Amino acid sequence: MSQPSTSPPKFTGPAKWFDDRLGLGTLGKKQLRKVFPDHWSFMLGEIALWSFIVILLSGVFLSFWFKPSMAEVEYMGSYAQLRGMHMSEAYASTLELSFDIRGGLLMRQIHHWSALLFIAAMFAHMMRVLFTGAHRKPREINYIIGALLLVLGILEGFAGYSLPDDLLSGTGLRIAEGLIKSIPVLGTYLSFWVFGGEFPGNDFVSRLYIVHVLLVPGLILALIAAHMLLLVYHKHTQYPGPGRTNQNVVGYPLLPVYMAKAGGFFFIVFGVTALMGAMMQINPVWKYGPYNPAEVTAGSQPDWYMGIAEGALRIMPGWETELFGYTLSWNVLIPGVVLPGVLFGAVIMFPFLENWVTGDKRDHHLLERPRNAPTRTAIIVTLMTIYGLLWIGGGNDIIAEQFSLDLNAITIVLRVLVFVGPVIAFIVTKRICLALQRADREKVLHGRETGVIMRLPDGEYIEKHAPLAQGQMWRLTAHERREVLADPATEDVNGVVNPGTRKQRLRARMSRFWFGDDVPKPTRRELEEAHAHADGHGEHGGHEVEGAHGEEPHELEPRH
Amino acid sequence: MTDKHTDGTGGQVEVAGRDSQVGVASAQADPVPDPGLPPHDPRPTDIDEGLEKRAERQVAGMFGLATLLILLSCVAYLFVDIHGTFLNFNASNFAIGTTLGLGLLLIGMAAVQWAKKLMADHEIIEDRHPVASSPEDTATVLSAVKLGAQESGFGRRKMIRNSLFGALGALGLPAVLFLGDLGPLPGNLPSRTIWRRGMRVVNDVTGEPIRPADMSIGQLVNAEPDVLVENEEFDSPGEHNLEGTALLNAKAKAAVILVRMQPRDITAYPTRTNWGIDGILCYSKICTHVGCPISLWEQTTHHLLCPCHQSTFDLANNGEVVFGPAARSLPQLPLALDAEGFIIAMSDFHEPVGPSFWERGGEEDVSP
Repeated sequence: MSQPSTSPPKFTGPAKWFDDRLGLGTLGKKQLRKVFPDHWSFMLGEIALWSFIVILLSGVFLSFWFKPSMAEVEYMGSYAQLRGMHMSEAYASTLELSFDIRGGLLMRQIHHWSALLFIAAMFAHMMRVLFTGAHRKPREINYIIGALLLVLGILEGFAGYSLPDDLLSGTGLRIAEGLIKSIPVLGTYLSFWVFGGEFPGNDFVSRLYIVHVLLVPGLILALIAAHMLLLVYHKHTQYPGPGRTNQNVVGYPLLPVYMAKAGGFFFIVFGVTALMGAMMQINPVWKYGPYNPAEVTAGSQPDWYMGIAEGALRIMPGWETELFGYTLSWNVLIPGVVLPGVLFGAVIMFPFLENWVTGDKRDHHLLERPRNAPTRTAIIVTLMTIYGLLWIGGGNDIIAEQFSLDLNAITIVLRVLVFVGPVIAFIVTKRICLALQRADREKVLHGRETGVIMRLPDGEYIEKHAPLAQGQMWRLTAHERREVLADPATEDVNGVVNPGTRKQRLRARMSRFWFGDDVPKPTRRELEEAHAHADGHGEHGGHEVEGAHGEEPHELEPRH
Repeated sequence: MTDKHTDGTGGQVEVAGRDSQVGVASAQADPVPDPGLPPHDPRPTDIDEGLEKRAERQVAGMFGLATLLILLSCVAYLFVDIHGTFLNFNASNFAIGTTLGLGLLLIGMAAVQWAKKLMADHEIIEDRHPVASSPEDTATVLSAVKLGAQESGFGRRKMIRNSLFGALGALGLPAVLFLGDLGPLPGNLPSRTIWRRGMRVVNDVTGEPIRPADMSIGQLVNAEPDVLVENEEFDSPGEHNLEGTALLNAKAKAAVILVRMQPRDITAYPTRTNWGIDGILCYSKICTHVGCPISLWEQTTHHLLCPCHQSTFDLANNGEVVFGPAARSLPQLPLALDAEGFIIAMSDFHEPVGPSFWERGGEEDVSP
């Protein structure tokens, strides 16, 4: 310290060479010690990111051997059951990868497992974001990017498992062809353009291949980059807690803690998917045989994320309309084209619809606990219920078989449940949230239940309550106190009522729907009164809240 | 900009202060103030040197074991037989996968353990800055944009601007049109199949033609038109069987099922009374829902179930839909016998097979 010759450290050697050309120092100054808050739920998006990297790595390996061609060849490889059969080069090369290339089967299975994981992690991540209100201003655009990534991931997965040209994937494509054909006016043309003529034709493998390895992954990579840049720019959200405000972010630095944790987590994701690839068989295409448009296997199931489309197709009644000699297939159009569009539209628009109701224009960096936004939480659970019921519909044959149930009965029950279930889910979820709010309020006012029962001299039994630590109390009360928009109706001096515009009234109604049932968190005065009341029992020796007597409530400390 | 700052700062107090009832602000205030970041709790590894050393050994041990396993995976790649089996697993896949997977997992676990046990765990507070630009930046940018518009005359020279928009807009046309050759125009292809009058209905595996006597009551045969299946015994010398894409495309529409029921169980439409032979009827195998080949046959009820979406058709009643998402009956192929007594088609289907499409038309006759 005292030596005068100490000078600030300088870049030397290669570091200097690069800094002279790239200005790395300035970049690193801002980012190397960037703070990320710690919470397990922030890891879900990370799983998605890392599994995508695993998909890229394993996919590059597969592309060295996979031949995206539908040219007919005679299989002469080492899988005896199919030797001598005619099949497309795509299917033959998939068999080669599975049986004759060392590590080929492993990479195929890693690729498939991590694809399933990628989409599942994106779903879970999106649920976390919505449940905690991380989609609010200023993060709406990043939320939309995330939603697009989810859709692209699903498309990418579908394109991928359609490539091997086996019986299962061909069946999936045929269903896709049926969906395209149901589109009014353009359907037949679109189907001919997609498949280069009639189904199956000999173009779709090479076309899907370029979609699968270049077009969609390129978009996904670009959107991931944008997603990350915005994450860095906005800084991460954090859960409320002592010392955590809307103006700061509290956590650990990128260098070294998060580099080690996040970097290490990549290896954990890679390791787990590799172990899955080693020990859990997935998509054994050799068992299905090459695609034959006249065959299908019973109980054929798509990858999990297509289950909802499959379920919607299955439970839709067979409605069709003839209109001036033209055919409108509602039975395919609604579940296959309209429903995904509406669901996705609702998910994309959610932040804006919510914002219109709340009229909230402020930035939000503190997350909300799901219970403190009961209506939002209930809406998300409603959407999840629709998803889950359709998903069950996608497996109605498997369920009927496994549980010896009547297939048609399951279908009919689901037709009703997709409308009734979401309503029940909404009401139940909202009630649970409100009950939890009440419990929180109770805990703040009267402390936590200790389980210690005391009998007073006059025979009354009471349970001893212990006060919360201030940090805990803060955690339970740090959320906003939100107000219902006032009724726009006003009365002027002459008693003439101005009912407000229709839009204002709707908004006030929506606001009441959104916030009206919220249990208000206790105020300072209520807390003081609760403690004063608790002291009343003091005469009997049964302090409900110890330490409340004569002290400022915010200085409450648990006593031992 | 100013409200940006007030908005968040002490957000709770701020919101409470805005409450409608005047004078209750203090009563509405948060019950407790933010106690601030709790003091740092040292971890066991921070205070106990023995534990610290142990954590260090754990981390290094995991990295070391990972190295070993990764090398082992190379050994597995080189020396485990790719066609061998181990506990019903593919031996090579299992050996490479488990060693590599465990190696990767250990690298990850070691890194996380290192971060959690040994790296400094002091929480750091970083201030947030407003996401929106500062007023100075906004002003600078706006004046730059204005200057740019002025200097280019973008706003003033409307003719240039509009013609530019026109040219760029026109580019959209070739971008779409040039994809025109992605596929041919459908024409009436989707409405027709390869079936023609006199074409034999043959077993889809053996290619053998079928006589009514070959089928027992309740039996279902997956069948194809003669030209799609090779059979040396029955193919005429010059017969040209389809191959490759042409074969698959034809099969995708022409696949049929032949069923034999008790003639008294069948209630045929008046126009279809002569479409069967002694209770043998022929239906398209392609589901009218989204085109899966239908294959699950329930003899006793004469129902045919699609394995994809469970549409159920009654084959004794003209292929009408009994349950499920399909809207239309299975198209029926009228049958006859040729001179040698084999089952043949009387014509193509009288309506398009497979899933509905916009131009499929009503029930009019599309046969030649």
